[in-house]
Amino acid sequence: METVVIKNNQNIPLASIPVSDYEKFLLVNTSFVKESSFHCVSYYGVAVPEKLRLICCMADDDHGTIHVSSSLVDRQATLPSFTAHHLSFEKFEREIHENFGIAYPDHPWLKPVRFPFNRANHQSTIAHYPFFNSASEELHEVGVGPIHAGVIEPGHFRFICNGEQIMHMEIQLGFQHRGIESLFLEKKKLLQRATLAETIAGDTAVGHTTAFVNLWESLCNYTPDEDLQFARTLALELERIAMHTADLSALCTDVAYQLGSAVYGRLRTPIINYMQIWCGNRLSKGLIRPGKLNFPFTRDLGDQLSRLLDVYEKDFNEVSDNTFRLPSVLSRFEKTGVVTHGQITEIGAVGMAARMSNVRRDVRATHPHDLYAKLEHVPILKHHGDVYSRAQIRREEINQSIGYIRSLLRDIPGESKNRKPLGLPKANAFCISLTEGWRGEICHCAITDEHGEFVHYKIKDPSHHNWLALGLSVRNNEISDFPVCNKSFNLSYCGHDL
Amino acid sequence: MIEDIKIVMHQGKQFIPDVTAAKVPGIFRGRPVISQADVDEQALVELCPTGAIRSNPFSLDLGKCTFCGECAFANPEKVKFTSDYKLATNERENLIIKAGEDKPMGLNPDKIRKEIHEYFGGSLKLRQISAAGDNSCELELNACGNVNFDMGRFGIEFVASPRHADGIVITGPISENMAQPTQICYDAVPDPKIIILAGTDAISGGILAGSKALNRTFLDKYPIDLYVPGNPVHPLTFINGVLELIKSRR
Repeated sequence: METVVIKNNQNIPLASIPVSDYEKFLLVNTSFVKESSFHCVSYYGVAVPEKLRLICCMADDDHGTIHVSSSLVDRQATLPSFTAHHLSFEKFEREIHENFGIAYPDHPWLKPVRFPFNRANHQSTIAHYPFFNSASEELHEVGVGPIHAGVIEPGHFRFICNGEQIMHMEIQLGFQHRGIESLFLEKKKLLQRATLAETIAGDTAVGHTTAFVNLWESLCNYTPDEDLQFARTLALELERIAMHTADLSALCTDVAYQLGSAVYGRLRTPIINYMQIWCGNRLSKGLIRPGKLNFPFTRDLGDQLSRLLDVYEKDFNEVSDNTFRLPSVLSRFEKTGVVTHGQITEIGAVGMAARMSNVRRDVRATHPHDLYAKLEHVPILKHHGDVYSRAQIRREEINQSIGYIRSLLRDIPGESKNRKPLGLPKANAFCISLTEGWRGEICHCAITDEHGEFVHYKIKDPSHHNWLALGLSVRNNEISDFPVCNKSFNLSYCGHDL
Repeated sequence: MIEDIKIVMHQGKQFIPDVTAAKVPGIFRGRPVISQADVDEQALVELCPTGAIRSNPFSLDLGKCTFCGECAFANPEKVKFTSDYKLATNERENLIIKAGEDKPMGLNPDKIRKEIHEYFGGSLKLRQISAAGDNSCELELNACGNVNFDMGRFGIEFVASPRHADGIVITGPISENMAQPTQICYDAVPDPKIIILAGTDAISGGILAGSKALNRTFLDKYPIDLYVPGNPVHPLTFINGVLELIKSRR
């Protein structure tokens, strides 16, 4: 067998991951993606003495399993790329090239990913990114960023345009690189690591921290009590509602629908204020912790949330009914920024960016964690892959999340009275954790040494794949439609740059 | 149109009438109060994820604090977080809360440059720089301008171009890769100009302090006009801090 088959949040001995020669490793993993139920959730390199170990994790959405395999290659090896077989590996291989100097001669786009401090080639600097260039006298280029007009994170967009029409857009990232994966090894206290997880992407504090705590608890062979799982599931759905509402506000702003912008903008407030009522922080920082819950979810909190959702839902539906039938809004949303089903499958997009083009990719349904198996989640799918589909998904997922929360609130588990203490993580183990954050699939992988200490930590934010979807969406659109395309994806810069 | 008007009617008034006296809902963790209780201080020093707590004498540095509240859970007798959101100050040392202190934080008027009120008292345009910020402070700074907090009523706004700005607001710990863009942006703001650090990551690096991917040398070059602690900053903390900075002191 070339792979070991595991479940989400399962830990295995590191030695149980098969090591194949590279040709076989390549063949096995690139064959998987020929089936639509498979996609790559993480593929990365781990430095081992004198060699580099490549570890590839392929999710099988039909069976709720993950196939993990590996290969040992020389540190400065020149290898045939996975990308030449399937484009969804392109960012992973660029990252392996950037971090370790592995050469892939048949990779079509072997460019820097994020200019990490520990990159293999220090001659490569962020000020000298090799942009694609048209060298045409008829086309012009537009550069935007890294600092953007609004209060948002930095990144650079380079457009090649024919008049107002975008031919191509290249996205240069890396400005947000903070060395988070290295900090996961350097900061030894558990509280430090939970705090780090909250800051991987501060708008997805619950999503990333849930991935971390589920992984840590698995490594410690710790089964979280139901009240912990309840809190995580509930917080994930509340984070989804809050961020989707904020995104709908931003979408309205970009098509100059002022009322929608203001009303959706203010509708986010009661949800995040509720998080402050529950855990003291509007962005839910401090709520999710391994093996404990500092803020027990009481019946009183449940009643408050029920009442709040009743009011929210009425206002939300009223403004949505109006927004989604206004001709001035629809004419800007419909058929704008289309990414096809074929493109999405090819690039391996995840989360909303996949579901908008009828790709059923949702960890809550395929690899359920916490209480999602109980909720029997059915992903909301759209077919057009345009801004309108992405807006619709948000609207419908908000209503779906409200439904899930109501069903969770019918059965609030009491606070566990004799919480088991967390043990120590297993030695020489590997663990993978998938979580469906509001943007999509979050993947954390860890490897421990003979003392149970982290020797490797790998994070994959949904934005990892989805930035390319944004790049594809704007082709042949007017440059004035770029903002609304961008907001319709609302991807994370820091989650990508780590 | 009629539908729009109905929505406006149903929404009613959403703004906070007095942002200087508003109460925050729930268990917001604001200005901490530290008692003189004799406890195992070393245990709390060890517990803190960012080294914000020091013993002998016991103190808590809000410039480093992530407001996770773990110290207050571990020892409620020693540390208590109040809901006082007015945390901004213009002196780094004032962010360090000492045992036995329970007084409002504020700005040292002697350290505020005279031209700040003169030039910016009625209108302050700010250019925000997210220098490896995690998008939580950025979301909260955006919220400052929404219909609830409505910072624009005081003439305080975020603008697109540094050329139109009177100062910069930095969020995030300043990565190596953002060091140069941060400098370029600051240089593009016309004099006189101010610098505001928003959030724990900007003030001290927070949980990211010590990362090899950061370059915080920009902060060594210029005086900082306002420190706004928080993880992320609360909109009321930011708005009240800025209002204090630009108000008339005659």
